[in-house]
Amino acid sequence: MLKTFPVGGVHPPENKFSAGKAIETLPLPKTVTIPAGQHIGAPTQVLVKKGDTVKVGQIIAKASGFVSANIHSSVSGTVAKVDEIFDSSGYRKPSIVINVEGDEWMEDIDTSDTLIKDIKLSQNDIVKKVSEMGIVGLGGATFPTHVKLSIPDGKKAEYLIINAVECEPYLTADHQLMMEKGEEIMVGVSILMKAINVSKAIIGIENNKPNAIQHLTSLAGKYQGIKVEALKVQYPQGGEKQLIKALINREVPSGGLPLDVNCVVQNVGTAFAVYEAIQKNKPLIERIVSVTGKSVSKPSNFKARIGVSADMLIEAAGGLPSDTGKVVNGGPMMGKALGRTDVPVTKGTSGILIFKEEEASRKTIQPCIRCAKCVSVCPMGLEPYLLMTVAQKGNFERVETERAMDCIECGSCSYTCPSTRPLLDYIRLGKFEVGKMIRARNQR
Amino acid sequence: MSNQLLKVSLSPHVHSGNSVHKEMYGVIYAMIPALLVSFIFFGLGAVRVTLIAVASAVVFEYLIQKYLIKGSNTIVDGSAVITGILLAFNVPSNLPCWIIIIGSLVSIGVAKMSFGGLGQNPFNPALVGRVFMLISFPVQMTSWPKPSFMNFSLVDAETAATPLAIVKEGIKNGESLTDLMSQIPTWTQMFIGEMGGSMGEISAIALLLGGLYMIWKKIITWHIPVSMLGTMVLFSGALYLVSPEQFVNPLFHLLTGGALLGAIFMATDMVTSPMTKTGMLIYGIGIGFITIAIRVFGAYPEGVSFAILVMNAFVPLINTYFKPKRFGEVKKNG
Ligand code: SF4
Ligand code: SF4
Repeated sequence: MLKTFPVGGVHPPENKFSAGKAIETLPLPKTVTIPAGQHIGAPTQVLVKKGDTVKVGQIIAKASGFVSANIHSSVSGTVAKVDEIFDSSGYRKPSIVINVEGDEWMEDIDTSDTLIKDIKLSQNDIVKKVSEMGIVGLGGATFPTHVKLSIPDGKKAEYLIINAVECEPYLTADHQLMMEKGEEIMVGVSILMKAINVSKAIIGIENNKPNAIQHLTSLAGKYQGIKVEALKVQYPQGGEKQLIKALINREVPSGGLPLDVNCVVQNVGTAFAVYEAIQKNKPLIERIVSVTGKSVSKPSNFKARIGVSADMLIEAAGGLPSDTGKVVNGGPMMGKALGRTDVPVTKGTSGILIFKEEEASRKTIQPCIRCAKCVSVCPMGLEPYLLMTVAQKGNFERVETERAMDCIECGSCSYTCPSTRPLLDYIRLGKFEVGKMIRARNQR
Repeated sequence: MSNQLLKVSLSPHVHSGNSVHKEMYGVIYAMIPALLVSFIFFGLGAVRVTLIAVASAVVFEYLIQKYLIKGSNTIVDGSAVITGILLAFNVPSNLPCWIIIIGSLVSIGVAKMSFGGLGQNPFNPALVGRVFMLISFPVQMTSWPKPSFMNFSLVDAETAATPLAIVKEGIKNGESLTDLMSQIPTWTQMFIGEMGGSMGEISAIALLLGGLYMIWKKIITWHIPVSMLGTMVLFSGALYLVSPEQFVNPLFHLLTGGALLGAIFMATDMVTSPMTKTGMLIYGIGIGFITIAIRVFGAYPEGVSFAILVMNAFVPLINTYFKPKRFGEVKKNG
């Protein structure tokens, strides 16, 4: 029996149309728009101004504080402006617009394809370099990676867990990366192991990617302490807590972090970015993005520079179909709908998903028939129907005692509800209000 | 930038395709085998009762929805059809029309709509209707026609007592249990459904088929039926072991008196049963226990309907005390 997490979960149709499509490098754009904040945490301080010339890989915005991440130019050219521009959130955010001229990289970046296995840097230097290179979690959460790698005093990591499940339907970026950059990923994993000083790493891959499991398993033999584990397909296995539970049967306590059960979780794409940062001196300036959907004529996996317009990727995948009703940044379960398609690709863009008009609208909300399906699919053991009811009534104390803050916003409840109730919408509202309550309490 | 208007809504952006409609029709499909068996053994009488019960349930729901509540129309969701069929399942096939219509009015009007309609009612509507009829019209509700295979004449058939009633009455009159057991249908007859009783309760095989279908379609889970029937077997089995001369064996309890109908179609009604697996087990155990207690020590021969209604009343309490196991629950000391 394949391992998986024991409570809840759903299995939406996988629809991995772009699976097996070789990673294509997108041509250079004319301009890029690089948002100055692309991670969870403190905003950055912009270092360039209009008229400055920059090279590929040059730092253009500096992290402010520990939980923050540097931003580097993904192109060479001249800064056209630094201004507030719409990003994927639908709000205007401080961004750096650069007119592309040529493709001139910083001299210290190794742009060759040669594999470098030897890890020269010390533990501390690795963490420092990861921070300098602006690496963030590439699974979509964009949490600065060096923060996760800095183990606080009194804590100890025992396992490095690599999230390669790609449990969101449609998305295939990680899958394709594993097929093409397996060795680099292994070195990246070894670097991460060194950074947190563990001897064991487990790469969890869902069973719907047998070729990736086989490929990485054959490579893992050559690297010390790395194990590849096949997992039963079940959403949301890519949730940190679910993945740890599935792989080593430990339960991260409510309100706690993976480190509380001696684990550090990193996404497989992040492992590759870490390889490039440490071995090749390359900052995080590009990423793999799946562009896909039922109506997309050429579902693809692209390597795109940070800051190119989503429009350009959609164009390269055959253009926006005329019956498009919704465009999502990320996967169908947790991604964010885009209000417009001229927004930049950022460090957190794992996919661009196109829905037809008829797939785009929600169905009418019916009364709750108390079928308990939402309860049985919740991977956190919550009662979504109840959370929605109490949030609707404005009883946020109850929302808190019913543990809404444990909700990982996986969407399994809304996905499954036969009455198509917007459970997660109301749970988010509840969490938002509870968050305010908690902050007010802490201030007193 | 294209000028297509894009929809923006929060995640998730996909839905399973589950719908109330599908859930309800799944239940209706699951009831077809038992319905057919009732037609086979009770002939046109059963067809008549079913049609009247379903039609009146749907009409009452429509009228109340339209003129009293003035809410959206829920007829299409099929829940009134289910209540109608379940009502028919719970009455004898020779019940006069007007009693069925009254039962239907109580089910839909009192037990369901007065609480706010679909999803709001604490008690199983069909059972409320049935118990109301049982108390108001005890004679008509307990004279069951004798089953006769494929007899579609309209002449009133003879009546036959249900096996449970035979045994209960007999024991009261001091007859020996061995004698009584020889008066009841054979096990095979009971399994197929050739015995006196309410329309839908007679055929174990048809009910089990429906139950398996609903479990396969994930409309119900095994928890309630298994815990309820399991408790009935354990409790009646313990009594049987203590004194086989005085108490009937557990299999008899399972096959008679609507135990399977109750376990598969009535106790599992999603609206009126608990929300968590543990809650469901407690609920099933409660129903099983009360059923046997009523049958063995109480005044009524059956007990299932009352047991379910009693446990319906406990559902809010069960939901409060039996929460799902929270992921990463931190154990508090002291
Ligand atoms: S309540 Fe939260 S964690 Fe549970 S299923 Fe819904 S979105 Fe997922
Ligand atoms: S899944 Fe929907 S209908 Fe079923 S209990 Fe939850 S909220 Fe109610």
